[in-house]
Amino acid sequence: MPAFILKRLGLALLVALAVSVIAFALVRLSGDVATAIAGEGARQEDVEAARRAYGLDRPLVVQYLDWLWRTLRGDFGTSLYFKTDVTGLVVDKLPTTLLLAVLSLAFALLVSIPLGVAAAVYQNSWIDRLALALAVVGQALPNFFFALLLIMLFSIQLRWLPVSGSGSWAHFVMPTIALGYYVAPAFMRLTRAGMVEVLSADYIRTARAKGLRARTVVFKHALRNAIVPVVALAAVQLGFLLGGSVVVETIFALDGLGFLAYESISHKDFPVTQAVVMLLSVFYVLLTLAADVANAWLDPRIRVA
Amino acid sequence: MVDAALQIAEIGQPTAGARVRGRVFAHTSLVLGAAILLAICAIAVLAPALAPHDPYAQDLTRRLIPPLWYPKGDWTHPLGTDNLGRDYLSRTLYGARISLLIGLSVMIISGVIGTAMGLVAGYFGGRVDLVITFLITTRLAMPVILFALAVVALLGGSLLVVILTLGLLKWDRFAVVMRSATQQTRSLDYVAAAEAAGASTARIVLREVLPNIAPHLIVVATVEAASAILLEAALSFLGLGVQPPLPSWGLMIAEAKAYMFFSFWLIAIPGTALALLVFAINLAGDGLRDAIAPEGRG
Repeated sequence: MPAFILKRLGLALLVALAVSVIAFALVRLSGDVATAIAGEGARQEDVEAARRAYGLDRPLVVQYLDWLWRTLRGDFGTSLYFKTDVTGLVVDKLPTTLLLAVLSLAFALLVSIPLGVAAAVYQNSWIDRLALALAVVGQALPNFFFALLLIMLFSIQLRWLPVSGSGSWAHFVMPTIALGYYVAPAFMRLTRAGMVEVLSADYIRTARAKGLRARTVVFKHALRNAIVPVVALAAVQLGFLLGGSVVVETIFALDGLGFLAYESISHKDFPVTQAVVMLLSVFYVLLTLAADVANAWLDPRIRVA
Repeated sequence: MVDAALQIAEIGQPTAGARVRGRVFAHTSLVLGAAILLAICAIAVLAPALAPHDPYAQDLTRRLIPPLWYPKGDWTHPLGTDNLGRDYLSRTLYGARISLLIGLSVMIISGVIGTAMGLVAGYFGGRVDLVITFLITTRLAMPVILFALAVVALLGGSLLVVILTLGLLKWDRFAVVMRSATQQTRSLDYVAAAEAAGASTARIVLREVLPNIAPHLIVVATVEAASAILLEAALSFLGLGVQPPLPSWGLMIAEAKAYMFFSFWLIAIPGTALALLVFAINLAGDGLRDAIAPEGRG
């Protein structure tokens, strides 16, 4: 086990490093950063001054290592658009996005696991069809369109919820539904498939033959095993939700990392973009690492791989 | 109550009737999905003949005319007009071209990259596999929408930039599925037989392995095409994708957002078109997967 964890940790570090190179290159390959800093229509001397002030006249490798070193110490530089410390900016917005991601994940799991179980137990029944229909619609609806439909219904017609902002709990309801419904179909399908497989296993037949109640067999014997891949997917999806929050947060003007990322991209505020990309990627890497370790702990066969 | 119902339902053992229904359902979804998809393709190809107006022609005296089913609607503009007085039916029909073009080209670019990586990793194994697995893991750690937004913002939005960006970003699922399918196929007897017969590696990979994992490839391809279409729509909706005046459905929704409170059809029509297209692709893909592996619906 320790060897397995070490190996995975090493891989995670390498991946994070590779992403940092890409995130760095993405911005540097795009054009002259000094011109962007000096602003449009700046004089040549000002551009040169900015180039020297920001150390942009040094070799790229040196700049990368310098950037990486400062990033590792938690210093993401200064925002070109907001003119403030990027680290402070990101730390400010992080809780909103984390809250939204966790809420959406909880919403998705609460809807999809019961539906998936019911669909598997009553295969090809109306509830199976309903679950499938919900999944199919969820996968087909563009999430920004679904978000606008929610606004039409809850804010315009019913006047129950605020259209945008992030001041209160009410502001999180629609973003949570919009983002949660986006990932729920995957959980539903996985739960259903897992349950269908497990329910036809020999030990379930044994449990049923022993005369155990159907409820015990389904929830205690079957679901426990069928849920393992769902847990692994949940960890991965949480990382995905953090990234997917860009669209939803932008629509609802929810003041989180996703919205910040969108603003920074539209204003060519590259230190902020780099910081958000790095942060979300590292989150994803850590979550998959955690999922790998959890899986290996649950299922010793995986440790060999 | 629940217990009684569960007992009647004969847990996990669908009746013969239910099983037949399942098979028929899979078949129906494939046919239905393919039919809708073909219809949309036909619309895209025939758009110039079908569209009643020029999708780019503005007429500021005829702005925001509602569709037919509203009291003020009329037959000159069956789906109404947008805020610049452009015929909405024509724009929606032409929009099918953009979505299909995106779906198809991104699928081909990412499919070629991903399949090549998956085949090589799965066939050769060892160090090659390690390197490719590392590339896949790295790619998975990059949030697609964020990278796509950043790249499009840096290079400037255009149809070509969106296609290339998404094509170069979305090969991961192809690579993952092709890699494991190749690993399984590699150990089969007919591959060993081909090796023993002295066939070249390229021949074995392309003529023995690839045709046998092609079904998996087609299923992944449908999923990826649908996802590429949704991503383009999202990018265009955020203003960092296809640029005006192109009638991309995502862009049409973005342009209509300011008017959605009074002219709801402006977002409902392109939104429904988008959902219908993705629904058809997913349906066909699901049906295809069931036809290939009837046991594994899920």
